[in-house]
Amino acid sequence: MSDDAVNPEAVRHVAELARVDLDDEEVEAFTGQFADILEYFETLDEVPEVEREAALTNVMRPDEERDSLDREEALRNAPETEDGFFKGPNVS
Amino acid sequence: MVDNIFITDERIEGDEVADADGPLAGRTVAVKDNISTKGVATTCGSAMLEEYVPPYDATVISRLKEAGATIVGKANMDEFGMGSTTETSAFGPTDNPAAPGHVPGGSSGGSAAAVAAGEADLALGSDTGGSIRCPAAFCGVVGIKPTYGLVSRYGLVAYGNSLEQIGPFGETVEDAAALLDVIAGPDERDATTREAAPEGERYADAATGDVDGLTIGVPTELLEGADEDVVDTFWDAIADLEDQGAEYHEVSLPSVEHAVEAYYVIAMSEASSNLARFDGVRYGPEAETEGDVDTGGNWNETFSQVRKDGFGDEVKRRILLGTYALSAGYHDKYYKKAQDARAWVKQDFDEALSEADVLASPTMPVTPFEQGESLDDPLQMYLADANTVPVNLADLPAISVPAGESDADGLPVGLQLVGPAFGEERLIRAASALE
Repeated sequence: MSDDAVNPEAVRHVAELARVDLDDEEVEAFTGQFADILEYFETLDEVPEVEREAALTNVMRPDEERDSLDREEALRNAPETEDGFFKGPNVS
Repeated sequence: MVDNIFITDERIEGDEVADADGPLAGRTVAVKDNISTKGVATTCGSAMLEEYVPPYDATVISRLKEAGATIVGKANMDEFGMGSTTETSAFGPTDNPAAPGHVPGGSSGGSAAAVAAGEADLALGSDTGGSIRCPAAFCGVVGIKPTYGLVSRYGLVAYGNSLEQIGPFGETVEDAAALLDVIAGPDERDATTREAAPEGERYADAATGDVDGLTIGVPTELLEGADEDVVDTFWDAIADLEDQGAEYHEVSLPSVEHAVEAYYVIAMSEASSNLARFDGVRYGPEAETEGDVDTGGNWNETFSQVRKDGFGDEVKRRILLGTYALSAGYHDKYYKKAQDARAWVKQDFDEALSEADVLASPTMPVTPFEQGESLDDPLQMYLADANTVPVNLADLPAISVPAGESDADGLPVGLQLVGPAFGEERLIRAASALE
């Protein structure tokens, strides 16, 4: 997706990066909508460079052992488990 | 349920010990369905989490229970907080009790509607770019978006985590402030929380209606895009405050002309990252694959299929645009410029608030949309957030309080007051003068 040419291939490419499968109607609808939205985002070019003061403070805590969810609770919402582990599809 | 206000209609009683004398004893609270409740489904308005039951309470829920409150249900919302109408919910739209046939606003539409309909005394919502203030304005109730860091986000399902806060709704300013008293304060489970330094002991005590000597800045940019009837109602409310001893002057915030695009770039970018966790493995629907996932499944394909089925259009749109804005070659053009705009907005607000106690504008530039009116054109919907998103970019507190009804259509109009960081008491005092 470049600034002036939002095309269906570009929408499909980003959808692949985002791991969201789209059907053809969605690709078509998003192509038009993204062109409008990205054109609007272009106006950020008019924003001057701004000096950003980062008033940040690290928040630390002691690294101590403490109770956490037990395994059964942590797995309760998983569609599939095996031997006390989450079970997912093949990674390949 | 009446008007589809709740996704899950289940009571959660407060602690027995606190029941009799807790600050919220005897009060009922509706909770937005993106705030985790132990043992009670928390769907975020999404098919992706239709079956999800959190194993723990959000910090704000623990505090509600300790205060003796009774939770009466999990309120409907735009899917994952993405919308301004509550129409993107996978569980159907919610009607506006104050304006039947119209949207209640969003994304915390169910929470605002619960209070407006009398289904709950109080409600919790979350506000990433206006999601408390918009529905408060549309439903004619009070909503507070706290300063970033005042309320713990532990247990809030993240959408745009650098922007969002949980906050209260009430029928009156004092009610909303009393709920803020219960949920505010540091939490070791959210490292962005801070100890506020309030003048008094309780936020609710600030609802005195005393605006004598208050200076109000009115940002002209936030009136320009608003409908005439909304602006008329707004000025009537300012005149009311003047009659009670407040003064106003116009101020200029040139940066807010770029706030909507900066907000959407940042929120979508954060969403693309935060929603990557929904992969159908640890929670979420099982992938509908042909055959056994062991043999037929490929991680990326299964993941993409679960997300195709589980997410609605607006969520997909934001994840894709956020992925794009963060992708190689475009990061500097979109995300970095949006961060510049955010810093600029902060500077503008700081400057304006150095010469005014509070800033005032219409909360929404329009009165509530009719149901179904607004789903086709996402960009037009985003533009309706022009007055609320700058506050999230600046991390500041704001309140929406009913300002009256439009002369044109008789629908509710909200007035937004913005204050300095951790200046909630000032907002509560000023807003209570309009009741």
